[in-house]
Amino acid sequence: MASTIPDEMLGPVPTSGSNGVSVFADVVQAPEDPILGVTVAFNKDPCPMKVNLGVGAYRTEEGKPLVLNVVRRAEQMLVNDSSRVKEYLPITGLADFNKMSAKLIFGNDSPAIQEKRVTTVQCLSGTGSLRVGAEFLARHYQQRTIYIPQPTWGNHPKVFALSGLFVKTYRYYDPATRGLNFQGLVEDLSSAPSGAVVLLHACAHNPTGVDPTVEQWEQIRQLMRSKALLPFFDSAYQGFASGNLDADAQPVRLFAADGGELLAAQSYAKNMGLYGERVGALSIVCKTADVAAKVESQLKLVIRPMYSSPPIHGASIVATILKDSEMYNEWTIELKAMADRIISMRHQLFEALRERGTPGDWTHIVKQIGMFTFTGLNTEQVAFMTKEYHIYMTSDGRISMAGLSSKTVPLLADAIHAAVTHAN
Amino acid sequence: MERRVGVLARHLSSHSPSMASGNPSEMISPFPTAGSFGESVFAHVVQAPEDPILGVTVAYNKDPSPVKVNLGVGAYRTEEGKPLVLNVVRRAEQLLVNDRSRVKEYLPITGLADFNKLSAKLIFGSDSPALQENRVTTVQCLSGTGSLRVGAEFLAKHYHQHTIYIPLPTWGNHPKVFTIAGLSVKTYRYYDPATRGLNFQGLLEDLRSAPLGAIVLLHACAHNPTGVDPTLEQWEQIRQLMRSKALLPFFDSAYQGFASGSLDADAQSVRMFAADGGELLAAQSYAKNMGLYGERVGALSIVCKSANVAAKVESQLKLVIRPMYSNPPIHGASIVATILKDSGMYQEWTIELKAMADRIINMRHQLFDALRARGTPGDWSHILKQIGMFTFTGLNTEQVAFMTKEYHIYMTSDGRISMAGLSSRTVPHLADAIHAAVTRIK
Repeated sequence: MASTIPDEMLGPVPTSGSNGVSVFADVVQAPEDPILGVTVAFNKDPCPMKVNLGVGAYRTEEGKPLVLNVVRRAEQMLVNDSSRVKEYLPITGLADFNKMSAKLIFGNDSPAIQEKRVTTVQCLSGTGSLRVGAEFLARHYQQRTIYIPQPTWGNHPKVFALSGLFVKTYRYYDPATRGLNFQGLVEDLSSAPSGAVVLLHACAHNPTGVDPTVEQWEQIRQLMRSKALLPFFDSAYQGFASGNLDADAQPVRLFAADGGELLAAQSYAKNMGLYGERVGALSIVCKTADVAAKVESQLKLVIRPMYSSPPIHGASIVATILKDSEMYNEWTIELKAMADRIISMRHQLFEALRERGTPGDWTHIVKQIGMFTFTGLNTEQVAFMTKEYHIYMTSDGRISMAGLSSKTVPLLADAIHAAVTHAN
Repeated sequence: MERRVGVLARHLSSHSPSMASGNPSEMISPFPTAGSFGESVFAHVVQAPEDPILGVTVAYNKDPSPVKVNLGVGAYRTEEGKPLVLNVVRRAEQLLVNDRSRVKEYLPITGLADFNKLSAKLIFGSDSPALQENRVTTVQCLSGTGSLRVGAEFLAKHYHQHTIYIPLPTWGNHPKVFTIAGLSVKTYRYYDPATRGLNFQGLLEDLRSAPLGAIVLLHACAHNPTGVDPTLEQWEQIRQLMRSKALLPFFDSAYQGFASGSLDADAQSVRMFAADGGELLAAQSYAKNMGLYGERVGALSIVCKSANVAAKVESQLKLVIRPMYSNPPIHGASIVATILKDSGMYQEWTIELKAMADRIINMRHQLFDALRARGTPGDWSHILKQIGMFTFTGLNTEQVAFMTKEYHIYMTSDGRISMAGLSSRTVPHLADAIHAAVTRIK
């Protein structure tokens, strides 16, 4: 290839690579995201009886997406306020939103907040909060290994790997009991190197729905503090798991109260139904206010080259609701209604399987917590249910209870019964 | 300058806790600290310096003087010195929020499909062959910054050349975006302080000596911070040179319609490259031209040789976006799509956009006349010749500091002023400040 061409020889050369080949010719087709791919497949299915139990987005009894009344109200107020403008937020986001998000997760009377030891920055929902936190740790924390539970949300390992952390796993789910492998968890965290980062699902573990008990959380806390393991909470379901915002925040508050440090990623996608608005927050609880201020200044250096500053609309809706006691109450009522409907679906599904005499122990359906049930079905059974019954779920057997209704529970129960009794 | 995490060797802090490893579980006891001796694991983190551009507004806000003027950040201000939300934007937003059939479900990873199609048409032209041939992939991103970052991460992962050439000077955040994404940043000569115009010869020399296939960042119009743009003839020469060396164009288009007042005129440079059949990247922002700053609305387009390649490229862009923030925010993109797809609203937008561009051009003339009226020494015609939101005054850092201290005029230390921050009322004050700075400080 000629490395320089004299001016006289410059002429219109319509290609950007030699021989007219694309400079991206070697790029391979990436596989579809496994979770989002479920909805893609669902949409393609012409069958009228199809059920989408893939993505964890809430659906009403009528199978429709839900925008909370209090959210519509807040949005109306904002948009009708002609004094509002669309100026850039600070890099760290909407200040009110940040303060109130910290109070929501750590509690209004949290000593860490009162002592100004917490920095909170607005990020793009849970994913964005995890990514900003992970990039900060990769740059500033001495241990670049993060332990994630086995299994975990499919996007977790990618977020951390791309941020520059090394991903290891700790045992979590026990297929034999369809519950927590607490012994395995304790062993694996005990053998982690001192100072390693540990990802903890604050409540309603995704995909299993299996959460430690409060007693187990206390043991986990003691073990982690004894080894200086750094907690990184992913809180995507506060209020959605039990219906109670405070109860669902207990694990995070347990750690925040012991004076130690931690990171927490918060999402408002599910509990305020703000999915597509991408609203979330990253909090870092530090030993001192001085350190928290320095940490915040460094978080800005992560955010600025990523997207400069976060989007204003969704955070403004959240702030409007959290700061008005009446709207806040309305929110807690609507949130509890969503959580209750999901719990009701659990009971209905459990009953329906019992009625059919479906072989196996299905109590995990009512024991597991949050939006998902880890059915314990294997990939062949899942494929069978999709093919024969047009039930769509992720291949690990995870179903979104939020996608069920009284109408579709019988369909699902029939499908599970058939899959389980169908000779393999 | 931030360095890519992967290439940075981290040494264990000297404060690292003593390792008591492999304790059996029976030795767990309550340890209320996260590090030995109760020290923060972030104790060594240093206070980062304030962002130089945003720091101007921070300093401005602290100043109690009633005559202060903020010419720092490039956000449009009205004659009354107030932020502006376009009427058509308010209308679109009302329509959206009052439509009770609308929901807040996740967008696809690539964003709102209508928004993407319409954004591509806006920048490449409705009749662009590249679009008609499906050779363009467009993904919604978080304004200009987000589009640049996603494009740069894609290139760092999939393009064979990891060097990007950026103009000297350029927007302060550019080098950081590219470096963090994993590219190595070099510069090409651009601004000529002697003429306060384009150093075209230097630009050509530097691009000519760039390695084959290197990426080149090009400001589509209204160069930030200088306001100096190549002429169409110069753009054509740049295009030919770049194509002859297989240099990959990466356009940053943050001011389409804002520079001249015409959306098509301001897209000429991009369209010239898109029309020659070659490949390019383009980052679009709606922050300024639709006044959607805080909503973070933008798009990244990659023009490829074939539809087949474009589809594969799109699938890989999703793998960049998903671990960054999963999918983009719905509100701002919905406003843009509503406006672009309705011919009445589109027209209204072009009128409001032209009014903003015209006011800025008016400020240029007023400032030039004011300096002339004061007999301020020097050639100030660059104020009229430079294009877009900013004027690169040519003032040095001492003069800038003087103007801030004595006249409460806030601007970035490189002498860049945002014309959008001026009004008929404040022009005289700025002219006085410049006059004083130039005559008292050399």
